[in-house]
Amino acid sequence: MANFYTDHPEIKFNLESSPLMNRIVELREKGFANEENSDYAPADYADAIDNYNQVCELAGDIVSNVIAPNAEAVDAEGPHCENGRVRYASKTYENLEATVKAGLCGVTMPRRFGGLNFPVTAYTAINEMIAAGDAGFENIWSLQDCIETLYEFGDEDQRSRFIPRICAGETMSMDLTEPDAGSDLQRVMLKATYSEEDKCWYLNGVKRFITNGDSDLHLVLARSEEGTHDARGLSMFIYDKRDGGVNVRRIENKMGIHGSPTCELVYKNAKAELCGRRKFGLIKYVMALMNGARLGIAAQAVGISQASYDEALAYAKDRKQFGKAIINFPAVYDMLSTMKARLDAGRALLYQTARYVDIYKSLEDIERERKLTDEEKADLKLYNRLASACTPLTKGMNAEYSNINSYDSIQVHGGSGYMLEYACQRLYRDARITSIYEGTTQLQTVAALPHITTGTYSQILEELEAAAVAPEFEALKARAKAMDAKYNEAIEHAKAANDNEFLDLCSRHLYELAGNCVMAQLLIRDASVNAELFGTSAKVYMNYAEAEVAKHYNFVMGLSADQMADYRK
Amino acid sequence: MSLKIVVLAKQVPDTRNVGPDAMTEQGTINRAALPAVFNPEDLNALEQALRLKDQFPGSTISVVTMGLPKSAEVIREALYRGADEGFVVTDRVLGGADTLATSYTLAQAIKKVGNYDIILCGRQAIDGDTAQVGPQIAQKLGLTQVTYAEEILSLDESARKVVIRRLIDGGVETVEAPLPLVVTVNGSAAPCRPRNAKRVMKYKKATAVAERAPEQAEAYAALIAVKPFMDIPQWGAADIEADPNQIGKAGSPTNVKAVKNIVFKAKESRTLTASDADVEGLIKELLEEKIIG
Repeated sequence: MANFYTDHPEIKFNLESSPLMNRIVELREKGFANEENSDYAPADYADAIDNYNQVCELAGDIVSNVIAPNAEAVDAEGPHCENGRVRYASKTYENLEATVKAGLCGVTMPRRFGGLNFPVTAYTAINEMIAAGDAGFENIWSLQDCIETLYEFGDEDQRSRFIPRICAGETMSMDLTEPDAGSDLQRVMLKATYSEEDKCWYLNGVKRFITNGDSDLHLVLARSEEGTHDARGLSMFIYDKRDGGVNVRRIENKMGIHGSPTCELVYKNAKAELCGRRKFGLIKYVMALMNGARLGIAAQAVGISQASYDEALAYAKDRKQFGKAIINFPAVYDMLSTMKARLDAGRALLYQTARYVDIYKSLEDIERERKLTDEEKADLKLYNRLASACTPLTKGMNAEYSNINSYDSIQVHGGSGYMLEYACQRLYRDARITSIYEGTTQLQTVAALPHITTGTYSQILEELEAAAVAPEFEALKARAKAMDAKYNEAIEHAKAANDNEFLDLCSRHLYELAGNCVMAQLLIRDASVNAELFGTSAKVYMNYAEAEVAKHYNFVMGLSADQMADYRK
Repeated sequence: MSLKIVVLAKQVPDTRNVGPDAMTEQGTINRAALPAVFNPEDLNALEQALRLKDQFPGSTISVVTMGLPKSAEVIREALYRGADEGFVVTDRVLGGADTLATSYTLAQAIKKVGNYDIILCGRQAIDGDTAQVGPQIAQKLGLTQVTYAEEILSLDESARKVVIRRLIDGGVETVEAPLPLVVTVNGSAAPCRPRNAKRVMKYKKATAVAERAPEQAEAYAALIAVKPFMDIPQWGAADIEADPNQIGKAGSPTNVKAVKNIVFKAKESRTLTASDADVEGLIKELLEEKIIG
């Protein structure tokens, strides 16, 4: 029987093969102190890794045998709006039932609330598989990670009331955007007013483009400070659907991810409670929320890339033209091997980021219970910085890769790929949103720019350069090092103009340079550990990345301030 | 009210994916070439049990399997999916049992579980395809039986009655039966739910005594003292008070003479209605042909 996890050993490698994993598990399990008090806590590192593997395997079973087979029907039917409520596509309920019964809920939440207490790295593995099965369903499933924000910033009473419900399978949404506040969330106008009489907040207004907007539990960004117009007047609220007051006005008719209902919501005196401190809604909590969501989208993009590659590979082996299977033609195997290389490279960056996130989040969590040592404090700072650098990089690069890979998947299919009978066209439509929502690739570039100019990525590259690799990959490593030098040279050129607009114009190219350089190094590292799984991809990716780096390097180095007028409208 | 549900499960060689080496030269099953799996229709039976448990919280599901020590694997699988406890019936003297000895042994084990309201099992196992064990257990326990069940439609706690839809030739039939009873579940019933993450982590190290190496005994005893669910109870012939003449080879009148590959062909088939005229016509014809009489 098909199992998405055992059928793709690359996922298992990324989940467990990093030397950081030991530390991650140790921190997450707080030295395995919890083992005695729980039926399902691991006894040691090997036991924890075995748990992740076993749970990934059961998730892989559901992906291959429930979610993926349902994807076409979900795409065709889509959700409906009935009397202010969302009715999912009928097979979506089957998917939900399977994931809830399998207990894939509250995956990262502590066991005391009914969660699995898995690190983000293990959650990411489940996430990318579910996305490969059905990217639209992945939205509904993965919104459970909003609970991280409630766990981090809510009080203990809120945690104990809400977290167990998510661990039992209730769904979530994050209600941020409005008709006039998309990328620019400072413009949010949804009004929150406190009633002294009822001792609670009431929300009024409209939210737009809300994924899974009829969820059980909403995190809502609203204006709590009357008369304000910027980020400082916004707070975060918890709205419980059981209290009523929010209706779905319409569901958007989207190009892809049809399984995921994108809602327009009307708040009419909806009772809500404050989460965290007033005025910190956007500047602190939503940023945390978005960072988690961005890692989620990166996982979704990798899942779509994997599914696109699988579809293309199967078709190319099966389809015969000119007397042989088309996979034997250079034009086709060039596309396929490059797809696989981008997929493996993107996945390496995804998991590297997840590990950084795990370490700083676990340290933060420990800090809630006790004072950190100086060494721990330094680590918290370091990994927080690495995570905030790598999150926009993995989100944007993987989103773009899933677009290219799904495009090439159709191309491998030729005319058949343009027909709705083949899954590759759904993947292409689904991939398209990944480079737009949770911040467009252009906004990921904005988030990455400070790390380009202050040298976070250069530092990551230096560290990767310093690590030894197997002799057979030393030549690749030398080529990667030469790319890194070009990247650093391009940064210097862009900074030398001393003009922020010039730097912004270069930023997308610098971003691509950083992405290619980091991923090339990561893939060489992985190939050095497991040449069978990643050796080919490392070599193919190097050829691809060198060409990409040359392109972006030439662009930046050839650009001067006097050309800027040509770009301005 | 809560129910006490017993599910019978068998570990079988996976005959669904048969390769060229599936049979030995002697015509018996080459068990080494086939992975051992949870008999598929027993999983359908487990799902019906889990649905009853969903409907009647507090109900317990006890899974009983008979086989080699490694058949504890099906108990773990059932625990992963929601069963409450499991028993492995294993003993050298039980070996070589045909359906008669098997049903006797399982009936004895079920008596030891005790106080059952409903016993569920798959219609048949994919290694033998006899479909005899369920009905024979019902007979031995003196219970009503409903075979080929597709769904337990309702269960009335106070009247102690169930309504079951069963598959019959060319259609379905809805029947009502009293508790306690034996239900054999058909493969067309709902598939079993997936494993549950927490249950996998909880039960993955649960073992039966026969699975443990002797040198591990002490470590297991310490573990089980803290976490009793780590032990899967194991019963031998004496534990279930089995009559030595009715178990294993001694209790098995069946002797397999040969195993052959036969392809069924319908040459002249006719479909008759259930009308009196059709039935009478058929009986007359069979009498004339001296097939019956």
